[in-house]
Amino acid sequence: MALSNVLEIPTSGFNFENVARNVALEGLLEGGHTKTPKPMKTGTTIAGLVCKEGVVLGADTRATSGEVVADKMCAKIHYISPNIYCCGAGTAADTEKTTDLLSSNLTIFSMDSGRNPRVVMAVNILQDMLFRYRGQIGASLILGGVDCNGNHLYTVGPYGSIDNVPYLAMGSGDLAALGILEDRFKPNMEMEEAKELVRDAIHSGIMSDLGSGNNIDICVITKQGVDYIRPYQESEYKDKRQKRYKYGPGTTSILTEKIIPLELEVVQETVQRMDTA
Amino acid sequence: MFATQVYGDNGKMKEYHYTGPVEHRFSPYSFNGGTVLAVAGEDFAIVASDTRLSEGYSIHSRDSPKCYKLTDTTVIGCSGFHGDCLTLTKIIDARLKMYKHSNNKCMTSGAIAAMLSTILYGRRFFPYYVYNIIGGLDEEGKGAVYSFDPVGSYQRDTYKAGGSASAMLQPLLDNQIGFKNMEGVQHLPLSQEKAVQLVKDVFISAAERDVYTGDALRICIITKEGIKEETVPLRKD
Repeated sequence: MALSNVLEIPTSGFNFENVARNVALEGLLEGGHTKTPKPMKTGTTIAGLVCKEGVVLGADTRATSGEVVADKMCAKIHYISPNIYCCGAGTAADTEKTTDLLSSNLTIFSMDSGRNPRVVMAVNILQDMLFRYRGQIGASLILGGVDCNGNHLYTVGPYGSIDNVPYLAMGSGDLAALGILEDRFKPNMEMEEAKELVRDAIHSGIMSDLGSGNNIDICVITKQGVDYIRPYQESEYKDKRQKRYKYGPGTTSILTEKIIPLELEVVQETVQRMDTA
Repeated sequence: MFATQVYGDNGKMKEYHYTGPVEHRFSPYSFNGGTVLAVAGEDFAIVASDTRLSEGYSIHSRDSPKCYKLTDTTVIGCSGFHGDCLTLTKIIDARLKMYKHSNNKCMTSGAIAAMLSTILYGRRFFPYYVYNIIGGLDEEGKGAVYSFDPVGSYQRDTYKAGGSASAMLQPLLDNQIGFKNMEGVQHLPLSQEKAVQLVKDVFISAAERDVYTGDALRICIITKEGIKEETVPLRKD
């Protein structure tokens, strides 16, 4: 009874209500010579690895909209449950909403069963949803968490594929980050060494990939708890300009001025004493 | 690596749906990024460009300046498709030599601009994918900036930004040099120090928000004494 409101099973097969609407809208908008709004992608570097005491996740903080940087300090490591965090790459709205939905569902489950969710459960729910939408949801996710069965790291692709590996990287900077991880990863690493390795992997993605940049966030999940360090390392490039560009009052020209006095009439008057002792 | 099939031919991320077998056309052009800027003063001209050469989401080089010295009084900034930038500058250099040998004098900035317009229009139906800006001193020794479009339309300006971050820089220059949209502000003539300071600040802003601009800034200052070059580091991420 309780589990039926955890997973909302769709009525039949694939739900493509919005695809038909989008196609129609596009046709309408193109005819009117306006462009459909481009979704903001995160053009990202995200990485994760399993170490002796837990899981370390890392991400950069740049969100791009085409070639323009839309957000210089965007949070790509999302909270799923007290013992599971998820890094997201791909379309920003998709990663946000998918992880929010997953988090809500797992909270209901936790309240119902009285225990923390297991990472495999989160992975299965994600996989179900992404496969159902046949890749229309552009979210590539790295899930990391610690539960009663140990430390886990999974990746879920936009079409619903999963992979259970000790270390991985996703996003447009994944090849650069993976180079560093392949070189220095060892099983059962110490925590400090693992944090440094993830930082170096994300840093390499930031320097080599134009879609990643700015600061580095790290999330460390252990049996004792979670350490979400944001930012773990601030970008060393500060925008120090030589001149201050401030405008004095009166710089913006006032073209017309229209003053409309509001006519108010007193309808009711009440007096309430305040205790000012 | 399963993530690589997510990238299209131009290096950008593909849309996430499978539309069946797609025929890929060969495109002779590619966009290598970069921003160029030129400012003309009373007796000086400044041509500045960033030094990043990119393609898709990767960086080819962090030290590829886009300002090319043509004569002692003219510098050209070219951004767009790097292959066409290189060929175009070679052609201009050759034509400058030919002019010098036939007419026994160097080409003036205005003459170079007029010649470039003809060269570009000669390829009207297979254009050079280059955004050009020429900065230099005219015959009277005053600063001159000529800005072009890829097929040769040009005009003389006081200041102009071109390339990937041009849309971000041009309004800022309109406000700071042209004093547009401001009231009650003194219209002081632009001094060389202020112009260089402004160019540096403006490129720092461009590097913050444009992914194709960054690494370093190369500034060429043209005065009657000659051409001075300055390099300033920018964001590398």
